[in-house]
Amino acid sequence: MKNNIINFVVTIIIAVILSQFLPWWSVMVAGFVSALFFSLKRAAVFFVPFLAIFCFWAVYAFMVSSVNDFTLAKKIALLLPLGGNAYLLILVTGLVGGLAAGVAAVFGKQLGGLVR
Amino acid sequence: MKYIKLIITFVLTIVVFYALNTKLGSVPPIGKFLDPAGGVWQNDSEEIIDGNVNIKGLSASVIIHYDEQLIPHIFAQNDLDLYKAQGYITAKHRLWQMEFQTHAAAGRISEIIGETALNYDRTSRRRGMGFGAEQMLEKMQEDPETIKFMEAYRDGVNSYIESLDVKNLPVEYKLLDYKPEAWTTKKTALLLMYMTKMLAGGDDDLEYTNILRKFGKERFDLLFPDFFDINDPIIPKETDWSYIDVEMTETPKGELPLDTIAQTIEKPNPDNGSNNWAVSGAKSTTGNPILANDPHLGLKLPSIWFVMQLSTPEYNVMGATLPGALGVISGFNNHISWGETNATRDVLDWYKIQFKDKTRTQYKYGDDWKNTTVRVEEIKIKGAVTVLDSVIYTHHGPVTYDHNFMSDNGKVGYAMKWIGHKGGNNQRPFLDLNKAKNYDDYVNAIKGYTAPAQNFVFASTEGDIAIWIQGLFPNKWEGQGKFLLDGSNPEHDWQSYIPQAYNAHTKNPERGFVSSANQHPVDEQYPFYVFNDGYETYRNRVINDLFNSKDKFSVDDFKALHNNNYNLKAAELLPYIYETMDLSSLTSEEKEIYNQIKSWDFNNDIEKLGPSIWSKWYSKLYNITWDEFESEDEALTSPYTYQTIYLMTTNPENEFMDIMDTPQKETAQDLFLLTFKETAKELIEWKAKNGNYNWQAYKGTHVGHLLQALPAFSRFDLPIGGDRNIVNATSADHGPSWRMIVEMSSPPKALGIYPGGQSGNPGSIYYDNFVDDWAIGKYHELNFMQNDTATDQIMATQTLTPSK
Repeated sequence: MKNNIINFVVTIIIAVILSQFLPWWSVMVAGFVSALFFSLKRAAVFFVPFLAIFCFWAVYAFMVSSVNDFTLAKKIALLLPLGGNAYLLILVTGLVGGLAAGVAAVFGKQLGGLVR
Repeated sequence: MKYIKLIITFVLTIVVFYALNTKLGSVPPIGKFLDPAGGVWQNDSEEIIDGNVNIKGLSASVIIHYDEQLIPHIFAQNDLDLYKAQGYITAKHRLWQMEFQTHAAAGRISEIIGETALNYDRTSRRRGMGFGAEQMLEKMQEDPETIKFMEAYRDGVNSYIESLDVKNLPVEYKLLDYKPEAWTTKKTALLLMYMTKMLAGGDDDLEYTNILRKFGKERFDLLFPDFFDINDPIIPKETDWSYIDVEMTETPKGELPLDTIAQTIEKPNPDNGSNNWAVSGAKSTTGNPILANDPHLGLKLPSIWFVMQLSTPEYNVMGATLPGALGVISGFNNHISWGETNATRDVLDWYKIQFKDKTRTQYKYGDDWKNTTVRVEEIKIKGAVTVLDSVIYTHHGPVTYDHNFMSDNGKVGYAMKWIGHKGGNNQRPFLDLNKAKNYDDYVNAIKGYTAPAQNFVFASTEGDIAIWIQGLFPNKWEGQGKFLLDGSNPEHDWQSYIPQAYNAHTKNPERGFVSSANQHPVDEQYPFYVFNDGYETYRNRVINDLFNSKDKFSVDDFKALHNNNYNLKAAELLPYIYETMDLSSLTSEEKEIYNQIKSWDFNNDIEKLGPSIWSKWYSKLYNITWDEFESEDEALTSPYTYQTIYLMTTNPENEFMDIMDTPQKETAQDLFLLTFKETAKELIEWKAKNGNYNWQAYKGTHVGHLLQALPAFSRFDLPIGGDRNIVNATSADHGPSWRMIVEMSSPPKALGIYPGGQSGNPGSIYYDNFVDDWAIGKYHELNFMQNDTATDQIMATQTLTPSK
């Protein structure tokens, strides 16, 4: 459990820092790197970084958009189409980021196992 | 086993990366797009409009005050700084639109959205849009100052583009996954070409040729007269033209080529037009002249207009600007106000080209052969290989139609002769108007303006009002350019141009007002040949009737006139129908609808049922009347509304009233009844599906986003009445794109509004915040600042400072 928490926290920290310099795929790097160093077991390999980035992106998106009354988020949620529901767009945003990080983490775990 | 797992997870990672980083069909690259740090979330905010910004190449600081409507008021120390700041500020709010419109003009939309735009792009290239822009730039070189100003504007735009990183790109770039390129002076020329195409890029010569061949001259002249039996021209009829003493071009003998043309390129919307008018001080309730302008264009978001105040120690001007062009286009300064409507003149003709052989290197001209040139158009396409299109050029212009494009004859082509290819410095006149102080300055400013020809209305604090129909017009022989011309006959070339001083105009006419609404500029007395190239016949009469109806007019009268919904077209046909249509076969449901329209007062107001019934009924009636003009083998166009109604009411048994598909012979009255029954049926169905067919619901006015009218970025079901051919010319997706009223007090007091908002960012409240007020006919006061001291109406101030 401890490992899970460490991985979760480290993934978020790396992602937040890298997002300042790198494009969106910095979350994949974050998932990948933390899996290399903080090896998890079974489903947690995917779900812990998934959850970490899900939270990071969803909270970040909410923070940016809520200040502006979700003006654009509602429109993008019409476009995609998600029925104009900004919260649904935040959910999808979290899922997309989480998926990317989780998959990269599974690869990181495999590569880490090989090196170790 | 370990390795297999490694490889599988590696591949999976790559696949997920690729899928989230790539635009798939119309879905944006979803990972990149939804990234809160760099994607679309970053656009969910307002622009920063305060603080300091360093700009390269400024000579002094420029102050920009933003009022509560997000209108920038720019105070610069000289012209170069001013236009640089205009470029920077316009790009800041409208960058994507500026680039998209100029890409559209250049035929480069496929680069952004892929193969679906290829036909559009080819058409732009074959129209010679890029060629025209190059000609324009070359002509502008004659005036180095214009070029210097355009370069300053360019540098301003580019300062903004360079300041952007990925996360600040406008949302459309993220959606379509591309990046802005540097602005150039050619892009400004392309924008002016975009306007020229929109306003002077239409003609029906080839359709008329088909009609002439098919129906003969007599019937052609009946359906398409040079002048309708009523004419209320822009220049009052009593004008004396005797000062015009140049020779008219003689009509050459010989035949016109009566070729069959199957297909023609898309035409600009025939509703592109406008209203403008001004009353003299004597006719104004306050004693100051009052001027109004409302250009009717496609209703789009971001709007084609961007309101600005531009100021230097020498002058101070405010009004609507076109993102991409310099200066104010429709506006006012402390001395004058001006506005434009489209002059609609035939400045686009077609010439039949006979090539010597299939190599098409030479074509017949006189007794000789003339060499062609080739312009290879390279059309880049997103996600596909580049298409090359070789367009042949003659001395007339580009051979638009040949066996590679909409035609099939290897030895014959059709070349376009267009004023848009001639080149002209059509930026300068606006810059000079911005600084003009009186009537003479105004005339000097517009003198060199060539295209798209406009009716420039004018009013000054000195008390003058005027209107000039200004453009470069070929001095045509009678009938020239109405039909396809013979490109091998030198006499068919444009022989000369009408000397500018003889362009029709009027200053301080006795009647105390000037006005234009895209109607015929003149009556038959004007010595030069001007045929009916689609002139409007309704708005002008409503406007002029009003101004003739009383002595004094106020700003409120002007507002009411902008919002006037009187449907003169319906008022000229319906009473005749009521009188002559046989009602005996109507069912009770039909009778109900008949009574609804019969009780209508001919005003297209939003709550009324009459306009909906009329709209459907008339369009059916029009289509069935001109069933003779439906053809897949040849391009045809059906007669104008005015002549249609004229024929129905004065000659109801005319052979054209007959429906070709039926054995019996129909009259206009038969058509009225038949189409009424169909209308009733469809309206009942419409009601079952959508509810009450009041005019607002039935018309469904909307303002669509420039990019394929993306519904998420558009506005729908606006509560505005009117329609085409009505002074309030708002149809479903077209109408008054800017409404301005200026009273020439000192300083002038102005009102303005447009169906959009100052920001181009759909994430801003300023993206569409004018739309609702525009729809209900409200105006916003324009805060014409007399100096650069911020008042309590200024919500933020930004300073552009020269960077070291």
